[in-house]
Amino acid sequence: MTRSVRRTRRTLQVAGASVAALLALSACSSSDDSSSAKTKSDTSSAATPKLSGSITVFAAASLQESFTTLKADFEKAHPGTKVNFSFGGSDTLAAQITGGAPADVFAAASPKTMAIVTAKSDAVGTPATFVRNQLEIATLPGNPDKISSLKDLTKSSLKVVLCDKTVPCGAAAQKALDASKLKLTPVSYEEDVKSALNKVVLKEADAAVVYKTDVKAAGSKVEGVEFPESANAINDYPIALLKDAPNPAVAKAFIALVQSAEGQQVLNQAGFLKP
Amino acid sequence: MTKADGSGAVAAPRRGGPRRRRVRPAVPLPLLLPGAVALVFLLLPLVALLVRAPWSSLPSLLTSTEVWQALQLSLICATAATAVSLVLGVPLAWLLARTEFPGRGFVRALVTLPLVLPPVVGGVALLLALGRNGVVGQWLDAWFGITLPFTTAGVVVAESFVAMPFLVISVEGTLRAADPRYEEAATTLGASRFTAFRRVTLPLIAPGIAAGAVLAWARALGEFGATITFAGNFPGRTQTMPLAVYLALQNDPDAAIALSLVLLTVSIAVLGALRDRWMTAS
Amino acid sequence: MTNPHAAADGAPPPQGPPAPDTDACTGGAGGNPHPAEGRAATTHPHPTTHGLHAHLVVTRPAFHLDITLTAAPGEVVALLGPNGAGKTTALRALAGLTPLTTGHLHLDGTELDRTPPESRPVGVVFQDYLLFPHLTALDNVAFGPRCHGATKTDARTQAAAWLDRMGLTEHAGVKPRRLSGGQAQRVALARALATHPRLLLLDEPLAALDARTRLDVRSQLRRHLAEFEAVAVLVTHDPLDAMVLADRLIVIEDGRVVQEGTPADIARHPRTDYIAHLVGLNLYRGRAADGHTVELAAGPVITTTEDLAGDVFVAFPPSAVTLFRDRPTGASARNLWRCEVAGLEIHGDQIRADLTGELSLAADLTTVAAAELDLHPGAPVWATVKAAQTHAYPA
Repeated sequence: MTRSVRRTRRTLQVAGASVAALLALSACSSSDDSSSAKTKSDTSSAATPKLSGSITVFAAASLQESFTTLKADFEKAHPGTKVNFSFGGSDTLAAQITGGAPADVFAAASPKTMAIVTAKSDAVGTPATFVRNQLEIATLPGNPDKISSLKDLTKSSLKVVLCDKTVPCGAAAQKALDASKLKLTPVSYEEDVKSALNKVVLKEADAAVVYKTDVKAAGSKVEGVEFPESANAINDYPIALLKDAPNPAVAKAFIALVQSAEGQQVLNQAGFLKP
Repeated sequence: MTKADGSGAVAAPRRGGPRRRRVRPAVPLPLLLPGAVALVFLLLPLVALLVRAPWSSLPSLLTSTEVWQALQLSLICATAATAVSLVLGVPLAWLLARTEFPGRGFVRALVTLPLVLPPVVGGVALLLALGRNGVVGQWLDAWFGITLPFTTAGVVVAESFVAMPFLVISVEGTLRAADPRYEEAATTLGASRFTAFRRVTLPLIAPGIAAGAVLAWARALGEFGATITFAGNFPGRTQTMPLAVYLALQNDPDAAIALSLVLLTVSIAVLGALRDRWMTAS
Repeated sequence: MTNPHAAADGAPPPQGPPAPDTDACTGGAGGNPHPAEGRAATTHPHPTTHGLHAHLVVTRPAFHLDITLTAAPGEVVALLGPNGAGKTTALRALAGLTPLTTGHLHLDGTELDRTPPESRPVGVVFQDYLLFPHLTALDNVAFGPRCHGATKTDARTQAAAWLDRMGLTEHAGVKPRRLSGGQAQRVALARALATHPRLLLLDEPLAALDARTRLDVRSQLRRHLAEFEAVAVLVTHDPLDAMVLADRLIVIEDGRVVQEGTPADIARHPRTDYIAHLVGLNLYRGRAADGHTVELAAGPVITTTEDLAGDVFVAFPPSAVTLFRDRPTGASARNLWRCEVAGLEIHGDQIRADLTGELSLAADLTTVAAAELDLHPGAPVWATVKAAQTHAYPA
């Protein structure tokens, strides 16, 4: 729901800039980001070792736990800095960035969504892959249906949910199924990976194909089953500094932390693979 | 002998009277300005949709089976949800408006709860109630083998849950405004309370019911959160237009805009037709 | 003034009222357009209990109704009283729309205390008629027969016959909002009669009409009521309506019956200020002390021609009062009171003076006389009444 609201707001901003009354109504909109971004350009030249100020990181929802841990580490290491997050679906975030949202860093769940940003040349340099995420089957606790392979999911008695093909986890699952020439008819193509997982958590579905990180985050509410075909559909997570970043110095430092050994360890614990 | 009746001429103008008082040209500015701003505010996003619509790719989008499937499903489910709301909601509205029972005000507040509940939460609540492991759903499954999630019936359930309060509130308001003495008059003519409701009250409040039904239908047609949470998303079975639009938005915003336009056009056509047919009837 | 019993016409009216079977529903009878044919067959198991016998008690916060009501078949009874007296509550209790707190209600020997309104052989003409706005006049009238089990065709045939009786045939297909007040009233009457009620209730049947229509409709209604062979009870606050339409008046004040009798009787012998005021009389209660003298509780004495003893009422019309600016000299000083003008009201070329003082009374005089006397509020006057123009009767 919030996604569509944001989208409306963006359209408003583009199409209705002249209607002062309406802009006044949407006071919380980002109507002045472009101007503020330009005034900040001088601070980037003064890249001093002493970092200060805040940055905004747009990150895929699956990164929420690990990035929040990293934020605490970062703010401790660099007193005077503050890291703000906007977690959401990668595609929504990409749309917001191309629409002018004031972000410094974009960490996407797929190269495809990052490409939306780079295509509009909103990113600085080449995005770097910082982690990879592998698919896993989430089953009910204790795996009552004895699912051990991707093929087991094709049993007609099972209620399986997949992510929709338009979202990264769905595309990856489809890739894995295609690679092993399996035909799977799920009961639902969920709109994002968390919804797919939740259907298993709520025991409405018997299994879902989701990311390792999601299974890990769900704890004991689901049981993960690895399957070899997932190697064919590993998702790369790219990260990039954005062109209009209000605070590029701090942003660069944060990206460096994410790519450092320390950062990789935190991400590993959440179930991410090294690039 | 009873024919001579000059009273007709005397009484008639009095009855037609109020209709003629409509010559008031000056619209006060404190009403006109905010009103105009409100109109612009409501219409501007729609205009923006039209401006940015991918007109060239529209024909190919509209001929895709998925779109028709989703549209058809949307119309069927919204209509079914409206029917469910009518069958169950009108009696509930009558109970709330015409009977006295302890805690009636509280019950009325509860009825409006789905209005304030975020639809996604509504969907989760429905899963907890009617899902395969839900409070009631587990018995539906065990006794009748009925599971609602991931079925078209589930879509209707989710849409009814969200849309019915609109109908109940609307009909209850109309019932409160309607003169209950018509029902009394009917009972003195030998009608049971139900007959009085069916043959007198129902026709009297028909415009209010129609308005409530249209409101409920429109709400059901645009329902997204509860539907995708409770019924999931499967083309042809549970993927209604709003779901298709949302998913199209993930990687093809142009397609999403086009789908939205289809939904808008169809709903404007249906609502317009209904308005002419029902709302102005009485 | 009195309304003779329906039977006074001699023969039943051309298209008499419908068959008075107690079950009131002629559903299966098959569209009998001349219901009067069934009339001769009327025999009731308990002839002695015919008609209405009711003791209505309704208690509500700040209101208490307790009246006894009896009426024979064919009788038209009017409940007359000021607003808030409980007339409408009594009517609703008879119809079953307001439950009785206690008391009883028997109609033609059947107890109806706990019978729901839809099962009572009662027809109601509501004050604003409450014709169903979505149905035509015909379907409004056919509603009752339909509810009593008649087929659609039968019900409509019966309804058409009723509308014909009311002279409304050409308005059968019209929706109520296009009927005039008088026509709507007749449709409402037809609708109530179409269920063949054993008790017809009319709530302020003429109140919704303007003055001119009222005159016509009143006489029509009088004729229809005269033809009605069961009990009719009408509620009104208008004494003229009550006296024209009813055989018997029951005057209610504050939820109690204060007087009961024929219209003529009540008009001549009012027992409360309310009735006296309604019929335009000055009314006093006192004690006949010595032959022709009545001592009022407040002190003054009225001389009358009647020779009575004990508690009595004395009444005289305002037109019998003569006013003087100065104390009239000569002749008798009987029935002479010193008063003061409290208010003046103009009725046509007459002026009614409201007087206070030794005796409160109303006096009628011409505008010319009023001008000559220089009457204005606060002006002192002397009022006299000839003994021959007073009327005294036992209380």
